[in-house]
Amino acid sequence: MNRSLRPLLATTLIFLFAYLLAVTQQPAMLSTRVLGNFLTDNAFLGIAAVGMTFVILSGGIDLSVGAVIGFTTVLVAVLIMWLHLHPLIAFAIALIVATAFGAVMGAAIHYLKVPSFIVTLAGMFLARGGASVLSPDSIGIEHSFFTAVQKSYILLPGGGRLTVVGMIMLAVFAVAILLAHRTRFGSNVYALGGSETSAALMGVPVARTTISIYALSSFLAGLAGVVFSLYTSAGYSLNALGVELDAIAAVVIGGTLLTGGYGFVAGTFIGVMLQGLVQTYIVFDGTLSSWWTKIVVGVLLFMFILLQRLVFRAAPRRT
Amino acid sequence: MTRPTVDLRPTGQPPLPRPRPLAQFFTRPQVIALAAVLLVNWALFPGFFTITWQDGRFFGSLIDVLNRGAPVAILAIGMTMVIATKGVDLSVGAVMAISGAVAATLVTNGVSAPIAVLAALGAGLLCGLWNGILVTLLDIQPIIATLVLMVAGRGLAQLITEGTIVTFSDPVLIFIGTGSFLGLPMPVVIAALLMIAATLIVRRTALGLLIEAVGVNRSAARFAGLRAGTLLLIVYTFAGFCAAIAGLIVAGDIRGADANNAGLWLELDAILAVVIGGTSLMGGRFSIPMAVLGALIIQSMNTGILISGFSPEFNLVVKSAVIIVILVLQSPLSARLFRRLPGAQK
Repeated sequence: MNRSLRPLLATTLIFLFAYLLAVTQQPAMLSTRVLGNFLTDNAFLGIAAVGMTFVILSGGIDLSVGAVIGFTTVLVAVLIMWLHLHPLIAFAIALIVATAFGAVMGAAIHYLKVPSFIVTLAGMFLARGGASVLSPDSIGIEHSFFTAVQKSYILLPGGGRLTVVGMIMLAVFAVAILLAHRTRFGSNVYALGGSETSAALMGVPVARTTISIYALSSFLAGLAGVVFSLYTSAGYSLNALGVELDAIAAVVIGGTLLTGGYGFVAGTFIGVMLQGLVQTYIVFDGTLSSWWTKIVVGVLLFMFILLQRLVFRAAPRRT
Repeated sequence: MTRPTVDLRPTGQPPLPRPRPLAQFFTRPQVIALAAVLLVNWALFPGFFTITWQDGRFFGSLIDVLNRGAPVAILAIGMTMVIATKGVDLSVGAVMAISGAVAATLVTNGVSAPIAVLAALGAGLLCGLWNGILVTLLDIQPIIATLVLMVAGRGLAQLITEGTIVTFSDPVLIFIGTGSFLGLPMPVVIAALLMIAATLIVRRTALGLLIEAVGVNRSAARFAGLRAGTLLLIVYTFAGFCAAIAGLIVAGDIRGADANNAGLWLELDAILAVVIGGTSLMGGRFSIPMAVLGALIIQSMNTGILISGFSPEFNLVVKSAVIIVILVLQSPLSARLFRRLPGAQK
């Protein structure tokens, strides 16, 4: 067994174990209905977490994703409801804006040599502020396209529904796995995360890769915003508050090393599902309050960081 | 300010003439920035500098800036030390919520106020110690180590308050948030005392130098015989302590503990204040008074935006613009540009 797959395996086992435990307590949780809702409810988080995975793999961090999601929902709502554009055109504009925003952040990180977290912090303020300047109030979106998308789904055996939103997330994960493990860009990201100096010496185009990583992260955050607006039919500047933390937690729980250069996109998927499981279990239980979600996610985060330390501290001695 | 610094210039060159400290203070970019922001506020609102004496205390926009800025200033004092060690503490906002929750819950359950305050401060110390242990013993990057408490901390605070906003009418706690001492609001007095005490402790002892040493190069500091781990523990514990004080002030101000909103996003304001104060995120040199000044600049901007009639949301855009300007000024790129300008040579 490849040693590098161990954290991924651990995450998967813990997810399966937690799911089994949840099912023994709440037998109703074992149904495709619940699984379908898992995908729908966490679609925006999953898509944003994919972008975060690339950023963290490259050794950086992106605190702006929640704000970009919020900004995109407002922009989409404004374009559709005030300018009467077709939703697809609004989506395209929003995604272009988000991508450009990320590219600028990436350029700032590379050329100004500032830590990524402070640049993306500024980006977070800017996106949240920009969203509330566009519209401080929540804008409801009413459009036949939205209702059509919300009503279409694939019926799974057992009565579960795979919604469009859920399918978008699965597609994003599939493409991202290929991008990370089968393309030159993916290898460049891993190389950058291992060591920027060595990567530059090996001929990795550091500037281009850095800019692409943050552009990709913001593009996916924008896509998550589109999904969020489809999911809630509203644009609001305070949408998706704190999602960046959930996304980081999902990536870490998924076994990606925070120092960069090591991890799997597939792990992030399990990280997102594990968070969804905690939330669903708490909803099913009914007696536990929602604040337990935060505590459990915090504990999981801590456990996985600890696990990473143990696995990787022992590594150099063994090899 | 007297501070021990290592002179890295070649020994052959004559030492730079020592500037007069007062003139140096007033030409600092932070002081000029604060003055500029205050003047803009004055232009927008002519009564800005008016301070009146009423009911045994001062009133006025300027006092209001100090009062509203106090929690962030207190956070910034702790954050400065953490950032000086090349770390960052993202959990301070959550720790504020925990501290407020502890104090409010104890007081409503009949515990006397001084004990509740001590317990809240103790909770803050424990939270800080936890962060410190993660950073030192487990050797986790600070941003991630403190992220754990940032995520879980609000949950813990809600666990303590059982999900409700615990309101109280205890005079001692309310005094911490809204009382006054010598005519000044209590939060301002607390922030000022904390700033003076912290500055004296780090600058009149070797502690400040040691913290800078750890921030510049942790392994080198350890090889030089410093107990880097113990220092980091102290620094993170102190940051937790500062957050607990800020949490008490915020809780006293609204006469209740709101686990969801107390100190929300204040960690970012505190980091911004420290960065405005000229402390580098790369560790090393730091200045506590300058960080407090940074907090005041942020608050003056907030107040200015409010009195000029813009929506408060506009704040965020202005803040991000300020961060961007600072980043560009601090970057190696602009340092190169400045060096090319004639007359900029040392």
